[in-house]
Amino acid sequence: MHEQMPAGVVITDIVEETPSIRTFVFDREIAARPGQFVMVWVPGVDEVPMALSSPSSITVQKVGDATAALFAMHEGDRIGVRGPYGNGFPVSGRTLAVGGGVGASPLLPLVTAGQVDTFLLGARTASELLFAERIRDAATLMVATDDGTAGHHGFVTELMARVDLADFNHICVCGPEIMMTAVLAVLDREGCAERGLFSLHRYMKCGVGLCGSCCTDPHGLRVCRDGPVFSGDVLLDSEFGHYARDASGSRHRI
Amino acid sequence: MVALYPGPIEVGGIRLRNHLLLAAGILGTTGASLARILANGAGGVVTKSIGPSPKEGHPGPCLVVVDGGIINAMGLPNPSAAFKDELAALQGEPVIVSIFAGTPEEFRTVAGWFAGTASGLELNLSCPHAEGYGAAIGSDPALVEECTRAVASLGVPTWVKLTPNVADIAEIGAAAERGGADAIVAVNTVKAMRISTALRRPVLGNRFGGLSGKAIFPVAVRCVYDLYEACSIPIVGCGGVSTADNVVEMMMAGASAVEIGSAIIDDIGIFAAIADELYSSDGIDAGEIVGCAHA
Repeated sequence: MHEQMPAGVVITDIVEETPSIRTFVFDREIAARPGQFVMVWVPGVDEVPMALSSPSSITVQKVGDATAALFAMHEGDRIGVRGPYGNGFPVSGRTLAVGGGVGASPLLPLVTAGQVDTFLLGARTASELLFAERIRDAATLMVATDDGTAGHHGFVTELMARVDLADFNHICVCGPEIMMTAVLAVLDREGCAERGLFSLHRYMKCGVGLCGSCCTDPHGLRVCRDGPVFSGDVLLDSEFGHYARDASGSRHRI
Repeated sequence: MVALYPGPIEVGGIRLRNHLLLAAGILGTTGASLARILANGAGGVVTKSIGPSPKEGHPGPCLVVVDGGIINAMGLPNPSAAFKDELAALQGEPVIVSIFAGTPEEFRTVAGWFAGTASGLELNLSCPHAEGYGAAIGSDPALVEECTRAVASLGVPTWVKLTPNVADIAEIGAAAERGGADAIVAVNTVKAMRISTALRRPVLGNRFGGLSGKAIFPVAVRCVYDLYEACSIPIVGCGGVSTADNVVEMMMAGASAVEIGSAIIDDIGIFAAIADELYSSDGIDAGEIVGCAHA
């Protein structure tokens, strides 16, 4: 075990990606595999797990105290970063990506690395589609919006009927858990759950597989260390899509 | 190295599959993670500390990995009485529930939730970073005796986990024994701090926390050694144990069993790995080496 003190980094650029999502670029490159995450320390507030959207950036939606504090920061401010942690997406061959909302963020490094062939991108409305232009430059992009303002009028999972799943070695998925559960149901129905790679979100404290805050039922798998990416067959008959634990360890329905 | 004869043992009123227990606070939040560690070869497991009301814990960072160890300030996050649901699938398994509270009465209440279902209870009188709990109580011999008695009088095997952050740990151990403890667990983490030079502030959200891991093994060995001189109940050694030879060393200092926690950062299969090296069918009885360094 080597020392892993948080690195102090300076925010060099803040990009408004959508009305609710911003990218924070910092002055340090973190060598990571696509899908790995860092623990982001907002001084005086909290530390939260965030996927890397590039070696030197995180892409964030305001959801709690730490992200709200991050949204109040400016270029030149300092935050702490430790990691990278977790396993990332172990892809090879042809890959289909399915992203919903800010869930496109951990999938972007796969796109940048040229590892995604087709990308199904969903959002609530057209202005909330994340990274659409950058994805279109590198992969076949298909879009869905809940309100029909762009692409298919409906859920991103409905776009899965327009591709041949047999064409892909892996289906990489990140988004709201309800959306990911729907994707897993499609893969299970088609008999290819094991080709799905799902990036999970659970409450985390330590990030290194010790504290147990992010352990999932029924196998006791640690999202921070054994994940955050799990194959679909592991998630069938698990807590995935049903419940998650909060900071105290109490269960809540999803 | 000495090899031990394998098989179930009994320590402080609790039957264990071997001498190697999972320490409190490590992967002890869910029944599934505890079951995973048992399946990986632990002789018993100690849960995350459970208290009188649900707690979310301290703001992050809650943990930082440093050279030779880990500093944490989790802040005793726990779901309180709802934790009973996590243990439902572990009936009959060697599960020790760690509990904390602010008064002897509260200790008795929390202990009552698990009496009859847990193999035993471990009193957290030693967490160094939770105001009013843990070491705040565990530094006062009279309070230690009173809290221990409040739980032990329920008739449940009662272990008391001590803090090394006191002038004389033997005095605290003797107080636990007077209160009716069945065993002493030594030690909890050592009060510690690191500062981010880049951000010019303590790394942990709670500013200070507790150091665990290899760096504190010599501290733990000394505490176990002192307690063995002062107490006649069994001692469970805890603090930086990461090899089979560390287990033997702890036993020679006076430990009847050991708890392992931080070493999981390198290998979640650490229990099976240590057991594989520690036990042999032509090994000796652990009783032959427990406390032998005092001769």
